[in-house]
Amino acid sequence: MFAESPLNVRNKRIENLFRILFLMMTILLIIPVVVILATLIAKGGSIISIDFLFTDPTNGMTAGGIFPALLGTVWIVAVALLASVPLGVAAAIYLNEYAGDNWFTRIIQLAIINLAGVPSIVHALFGVGAFVIFFGFGTSILAAGLTLAIMTLPVVIVSTRESLRAVPQAFREACWNMGATRWQTIRRVVLPNAVSGILTGVILEVSRTAGETAPIMFTGAAFFLPFLPQSVFDQTMALSLHLFVVATQVPGVPENLPFGVALVLIAMVLLMNSISIAFRMYLRGKKKW
Amino acid sequence: MSEIDSLRASMTTDFDSRNMDWYIDKIVQFLVFIAGISAIVFIIGIFAFITLEGFGFLLEDFSFREFFLSPFWEPSDEDAPEYGILALVAGTASVTGLAMIVAIPFSLGAAIFIGEFATGKLRESLKVLVELLAAIPSVVWGFIGLSIMNPLIIDLFDVPVGLNVLNAGIILGLMAAPIMTSIAEDALKAVPDRYREAAEALGATRWQVIYKTVLPAAKNGLLGAVLLGMGRGFGETMAVLMATGHAVNIPDSLFDPVRALTATIAAELGETAVGAPHYQALFTIGIFLFIITFLINLTADLIVRGIRKG
Repeated sequence: MFAESPLNVRNKRIENLFRILFLMMTILLIIPVVVILATLIAKGGSIISIDFLFTDPTNGMTAGGIFPALLGTVWIVAVALLASVPLGVAAAIYLNEYAGDNWFTRIIQLAIINLAGVPSIVHALFGVGAFVIFFGFGTSILAAGLTLAIMTLPVVIVSTRESLRAVPQAFREACWNMGATRWQTIRRVVLPNAVSGILTGVILEVSRTAGETAPIMFTGAAFFLPFLPQSVFDQTMALSLHLFVVATQVPGVPENLPFGVALVLIAMVLLMNSISIAFRMYLRGKKKW
Repeated sequence: MSEIDSLRASMTTDFDSRNMDWYIDKIVQFLVFIAGISAIVFIIGIFAFITLEGFGFLLEDFSFREFFLSPFWEPSDEDAPEYGILALVAGTASVTGLAMIVAIPFSLGAAIFIGEFATGKLRESLKVLVELLAAIPSVVWGFIGLSIMNPLIIDLFDVPVGLNVLNAGIILGLMAAPIMTSIAEDALKAVPDRYREAAEALGATRWQVIYKTVLPAAKNGLLGAVLLGMGRGFGETMAVLMATGHAVNIPDSLFDPVRALTATIAAELGETAVGAPHYQALFTIGIFLFIITFLINLTADLIVRGIRKG
């Protein structure tokens, strides 16, 4: 009675066929990237050293290290974070704690999706038009950082909102019943329970910001500078743009140099992402509710 | 006044007290509201500022016919500069099109495997892997196209130059695939489990559940994922700048170099004088890009929302 009919056998076979087909597709998606990473390491690994990270480029960028580019990326990321984290967290608080489910909220959400979807080069044009020219910041760390802040704002908003949403509604209700105002509830109950989730989003934003090239090309990053930036109104070199420059603009670069720069950049970005993912998993394991 | 009365009086004032906390609450509410609408302000701001910078061109040198129908992009010709984006549109379209052919089957397949077949540890690690793939910066992809794919294509197909539609299309496809995979996987996850359980209770195999129940229910979400992936490919700048060969050309074959809209702005903005017709023409391309991606995102949003309502 429970023996498998021919139809059962056939269906099982079809199922296995598709399982294997889709597994192959997943693997084929991953293999090229593994090969690419291996090539990067094989060709660029030889140049990576402490010296490479902490000395200036020399001989018209065909030798030496990448220190000014590394430092410039840190500057730009810092400015972008200072601008976008407070704004993004506040926006997420509004969306999750105050906004109702109506057309106005939908328009805000649509704007956020679009902010994330607008091409990076259009963000660059906006940065040039608004920060460099209109607000008169010139090509500077400030202009580049703000351009990236607006571009990565959706990352902060979306991840913060996720972690706010994960705080159970009962926590808020308990707090309101004690006579606390909305803000007191958010500050004392909601945010402390969501702060680590927000942090994972911020780490993710650091990774996004560090890797972007197009938006900073015309707003604050320079091909080469003989000095380090002194303030946010100075231009700076940046790691992502440095890769573009040594790969395409400078003649006579030894082969392992651009591979080394690419390796540092990708290692930085993947490290940030891995930290963010590990942190998220740790938090999920720790959840008390 | 009796004790009860005074107590009652104090209670009513308590409930009605507009003390410090009340004002702080209102101020914060106002501030987060401002932050909440900032995304709208920025979207309008982006459109306003790029229009402002490109306005002079739109008023004077812009001709609808020339801009959209001429294949000649020769802005630095001193006698008769021509601003036709047809070849650039063809470049963007060919590269994005090839990227979608590469990315759509693989990312939907991977999404189905991760979302429906894989379980436990395998599923978690695949998800993490896809997330990491999506994080690789576009300039690194461009560099890969330039330094790894380029010699590979020259060797394999015996062509003189490996920077062409094929190179950029594959690079862009690899870039867009992880993003499409994770959005598509979200769309599959949005299908309620009770659908699957109902189908399984009727004796359906896993594949039958997926094919007959999950995919039809997730249809719109998957379409949205494809559109968002396309928007991403369309707007990609650094990778196409480095891998396409950057020649203004309407491609005949996969091995023709092309130039994309985004890459044109990236390559030329630095060489132009602020306010010059060429500079303003680049901003006009920006307006065009903005409008197209806006429409793609809007469509994706409407399609995905449609399913939630219905």
